[in-house]
Amino acid sequence: MSNQHQSQESHEHGSVKSYTTGLILSIILTVIPFGLVMTGTLSATATLAVIMIMAVVQIVVQVVYFLHLSEGSGPRWNMISLWFTILIVAIVVVGSLWIMFHLNHNLMVGM
Amino acid sequence: MFGKLSIEAIPYHEPIVMIALGGAALIGLAIAAAITYYKKWGYLWKEWITSVDHKRLGVMYIIVAIIMLLRGFSDAIMMRAQQAIASGGAEGYLPPEHYDQIFTAHGVIMIFFMAMPFMVGLINIVVPLQIGARDVAFPFLNSLSFWLTVSGVILVNVSLGVGEFAATGWLAYPPLSDIQYSPGVGVDYWIWSLQISGIGTLLTGVNFFVTILKMRAPGMTMMKMPMFTWTSLCSVVLIIAAFPILTVTIALLTLDRYLGTHFFTNDMGGNQMMYVNLIWAWGHPEVYILVLPAFGIFAEVVATYCKKRLFGYTSMVYATVAITILSFLVWLHHFFTMGAGANVNSFFGIATMIIAIPTGVKIFNWLFTMYEGRVQFTVPMAWTIGFLITFTIGGMTGVLLAVPGADYVLHNSLFLIAHFHNVIIGGVVFGYLAGFTYWFPKVFGFKLNEKLGKASAWCWIVGFFVAFMPLYALGFMGMTRRLNSYDNPDWHFPLIVAAVGAAIIACGIACQLLQVVVSIKDRHKNIDETGDPWGGRTLEWSIPSPAPFYNFAHTPVVEERDAFWHMKEKGISEQKPAEYQDIHMPKNTSAGFFIGIIAAVFGFGLIWHMWWLAIAAGVGIFVTMVLRTFNDDIDYYVPAAEVERIESQRYQKLSNQA
Repeated sequence: MSNQHQSQESHEHGSVKSYTTGLILSIILTVIPFGLVMTGTLSATATLAVIMIMAVVQIVVQVVYFLHLSEGSGPRWNMISLWFTILIVAIVVVGSLWIMFHLNHNLMVGM
Repeated sequence: MFGKLSIEAIPYHEPIVMIALGGAALIGLAIAAAITYYKKWGYLWKEWITSVDHKRLGVMYIIVAIIMLLRGFSDAIMMRAQQAIASGGAEGYLPPEHYDQIFTAHGVIMIFFMAMPFMVGLINIVVPLQIGARDVAFPFLNSLSFWLTVSGVILVNVSLGVGEFAATGWLAYPPLSDIQYSPGVGVDYWIWSLQISGIGTLLTGVNFFVTILKMRAPGMTMMKMPMFTWTSLCSVVLIIAAFPILTVTIALLTLDRYLGTHFFTNDMGGNQMMYVNLIWAWGHPEVYILVLPAFGIFAEVVATYCKKRLFGYTSMVYATVAITILSFLVWLHHFFTMGAGANVNSFFGIATMIIAIPTGVKIFNWLFTMYEGRVQFTVPMAWTIGFLITFTIGGMTGVLLAVPGADYVLHNSLFLIAHFHNVIIGGVVFGYLAGFTYWFPKVFGFKLNEKLGKASAWCWIVGFFVAFMPLYALGFMGMTRRLNSYDNPDWHFPLIVAAVGAAIIACGIACQLLQVVVSIKDRHKNIDETGDPWGGRTLEWSIPSPAPFYNFAHTPVVEERDAFWHMKEKGISEQKPAEYQDIHMPKNTSAGFFIGIIAAVFGFGLIWHMWWLAIAAGVGIFVTMVLRTFNDDIDYYVPAAEVERIESQRYQKLSNQA
């Protein structure tokens, strides 16, 4: 409820231009994998790889254009939060892959 | 029209359920009648239900927690009684399908609807006061979070009388929780009560994260924050990071049950082990979400009643942050026996043991704070000392379970049950009850009865050991968890002892309730005139008790770590400010209440497959939200003259005392 925190934040919000750029980029990055799956131009492995890459790129686009974490002038906490998030996501994703790979390896008959 | 709902859903043929329902209905009617008789409905609506005041919301959270503690504890008593008599082929008094619902409900209620609301309630009351703020960052969101939690509570309690609750265990592992093996509505009650209250918890996390980072008093750098604020910050960070995992996991299970997908069934390439993996990726951080604020409470209590600054503040902060990160590195220890193999198991086993190091740092910090201090043996100190002993034992059995080889013997046995009750009762419950007694005067303006408080602490501590030490032994004797009846006569005697322990804990709960009643009756004797009944160190004690609705007439300026202690030493704590200013405050709103109640209807519609009801309620939530968004009349100013009037009353009292 303090007034200072409202004025502090006002300069961080993006412009219409940055939101539009972000939206268009996100649509392009979604249409490409969708098109690949629907047309079946590439092999299954290659399609999967493209989907993964496009997904990661889109995360960056959204963080930069919608969450405005690119500005170096932003509070230090924004960056700390971002790195913490990346760390936790990495732990959960890599850890889950590692665990599930081992479970499959140990439990599946004939592998 | 009514989906799966029919008159058969009401368990009128089960006497135990009907007696419980009848009792609850009678109490509800009595309360409603009392409110009508004293003409308090308007007061209740204006001052509490629509309130966005963090202190009032905190009080309501704790009331919900205590009501749910009573329900969860009656489940515990029923289980202990069943196991005490269902020996040697006897069936006991609870049929298996009822018993299964009871142990599921006990776990769900105690974690989600007792511990979480209690924790959020304490954070609500204390954190804004400790950092010198007038309210939280988003007061309306705070009210919405509370009513979403209540929505979950309503659904869990409705399941008692309409339909059934899950009989799957508190985490509803598939394939048992899939539609094929649990065709009833029990798992659906579980799903929607957790999803709706989980959104409330996530919003609370965001709210307090912003509050702590953005709204601290000038001069209060991160390393000058009170310890409870630090542990609350780490706890809400964990909420923000972990609760989305729970939401997604339950959402995938929902798709499996409602739309026939196969995320967690073997058909079509699904994998139920992925559910176990994901639910514990949330579940392990969850226990730290609960226990970190309790650690903060002990730190405040120890420093206050030993009249010393907290020993090793910096190491305590780093230990808390280390636990925050490590809590995400250990989740596999909940399913060592699923077969991930030696490499994976040893990594997670070692990571688990490493958590004992920062926790040990904390234990020694509390001990060294007491060392050579002037320890006052008050009720919160009784809880703290009980905690130190109990929690250390629980921690050691935890490290024992972290050895994958030992876990293969002990997992799913009563040893595990004893371990996690040892840390959750000894850590979380003792901590919250210490905090309850410690901060009670700040909220209500009078102190709680010491004698009954100590009686309660003794009953809880003794009762805990009597109830759970036999369970460790039973684990070694091979008794698995969740047994409805058993034929091994050797297990009978320890289970009778455990039932006696549960009865002693019941005395502890009774003393706690009696303590509140007696204290309200004797409130004029125990009134807190100064606002600083314990000789406190942090900012919440610098304002009158009960805290005025705007908290601080003047935003305090912080110079040292124990800000209020420092002010007292400099002799400026009772200085009257030269002039007062208008105070900007949020207005009350009923939007949170309505969204919460409609959300319960929404959940009920989905549980019973009444799609029209779910759609109508969904539209209702959306419309309420839009109406709230277009409401610009959300704040007001308290005029300086009014602030001066309220504050001068306090200075009058202080000078009368002097």
